[in-house]
Amino acid sequence: MVQDNTDNWLLRVRGLTKIYGDPISNSIAYTGPKFGSNICPETDAIVACAEIDFDLYPGEVLGVVGESGSGKSTLVQLLYFDGEATGGEVYFRSFEDGDTNILRVTNQKKRYLRNHLMGMVYQNPRDGLNFKFSAGGNIAEKLLMANEFNVGRIRNRASSLLTQTEVPVERMDNAPATFSGGMQQRVQISKAIANNPPLIFLDEVTTGLDVSVQAKVLDLIRGLQQDLGISMIVVSHDLSVIRMLTDRTMVLKNGRIVESGLTDQILQDPQHAYTQLLVSSLL
Amino acid sequence: MKHFLEVRNLSKNFLLHILNDKHIPALEDISFSMDQGEIIGLTGKSGSGKSSLMKCVYRTYLASGESMVYDSSTFGPIDLIEATEHQILRIRKEEMTYCSQFLNVIPRVPAVEIVAESLLVKGVAENEAFRRSREFLERLGLPAELWDAYPSTFSGGEQQRINVARSIISQPRFLLIDEPTASLDQKTKDVVIEAILEMKRSGTSVILITHDEYTLTKLADRELKLVGGRICEAEAATA
Repeated sequence: MVQDNTDNWLLRVRGLTKIYGDPISNSIAYTGPKFGSNICPETDAIVACAEIDFDLYPGEVLGVVGESGSGKSTLVQLLYFDGEATGGEVYFRSFEDGDTNILRVTNQKKRYLRNHLMGMVYQNPRDGLNFKFSAGGNIAEKLLMANEFNVGRIRNRASSLLTQTEVPVERMDNAPATFSGGMQQRVQISKAIANNPPLIFLDEVTTGLDVSVQAKVLDLIRGLQQDLGISMIVVSHDLSVIRMLTDRTMVLKNGRIVESGLTDQILQDPQHAYTQLLVSSLL
Repeated sequence: MKHFLEVRNLSKNFLLHILNDKHIPALEDISFSMDQGEIIGLTGKSGSGKSSLMKCVYRTYLASGESMVYDSSTFGPIDLIEATEHQILRIRKEEMTYCSQFLNVIPRVPAVEIVAESLLVKGVAENEAFRRSREFLERLGLPAELWDAYPSTFSGGEQQRINVARSIISQPRFLLIDEPTASLDQKTKDVVIEAILEMKRSGTSVILITHDEYTLTKLADRELKLVGGRICEAEAATA
């Protein structure tokens, strides 16, 4: 990838690494696409992702593709503080003007980042929603965490978000368990954008939905991106989703970026053997 | 003199790792230049490299070679081979439009919205964007009852008209257009040709791929013929 020298970025990630188990200095050197494995041969440590470098620009949609176990979910989980990175640096323009490595701030500041400046939509709605709360309650939770305590304002905001994501407002007080999969995803999206974050992560959001619902969710995400200008990192193993939503794409294999570029270039002129295989497998 | 686009010794090789590192040469030693407001017609047999060349200019394909300098209104002269991804994205958004042979859109977005979107991203107000889109679709003879329908169910010619409409309605500065008249009847063909000529008069530069002699004669200032991935020496002036 041709790196930009301009400092217009919103999110700058350098050397992001996550290792489970006992790493030694060779763990990174002995794993990766060259070896076709994430597992360190000497200590059995699992290198989930390593040496991830990229810049995300304001309003940009970045795709992350790769097979199961390639580290793509780990990547967004580390950025959303669902897991703790083993190493690396992440700078976020919306936080302390991008001067602070957000991986090394206090837990209180990490909570602030998660609640005010980021949103996440998980593949499984059970990871992103509290099934004991109503749909509206789930959104309220996110608003409360960003210090909005006025009940009237919370209800108004929740109903406007549900309208925006095409969830019938009269279902606001129902539990997500009574919703269809597509509706649950739309409630998750409402929750993710509740506090107008500049950045959201979408992890396999349309996986498991039937095609008509998938199209609707994709159209919703695209509309939000255009109307609100939110930057997004979209994780998917589905190249059609990547083609429709993203500007640029990174291809992960065995925890490393093997290739990155403009999405149409990755899909039509892939350079790396793995990407060529992936693209030629497209239905 | 500074050209609008100046391509020097451009080549494109595909290296297919999954076929035992097989090399497929697509373009070799391509050099040409074009000026603002000029329409270049790329011709040649199927497989001669016309679309590859167009995709190299749009950076869908990574080219190699000496240089491909484009005189951008945003960045000034910029080598499209070396430009960063973000520079390319910005140029695509503000200056350069690529119209492929086939319509490729998000499912379940109505036809008129697909066309209007090209105007909306350029900051045209919503009412105005939809009004102009309907007007343009009418001019292209797309039946009004299809405007709010989803193009995936359209016929080839109807899809083609949506595709052409969304690419030229916003009057890009630089248009790359692949077989715009291929599946259109004579009347619609003339409408598309007239619309492209209108753009040319307001300064748009065009690279056009066509197999259609009529379209080529009407539009192209110059023909660039490709044979086996190379520019054929007998470069004829058509207009």
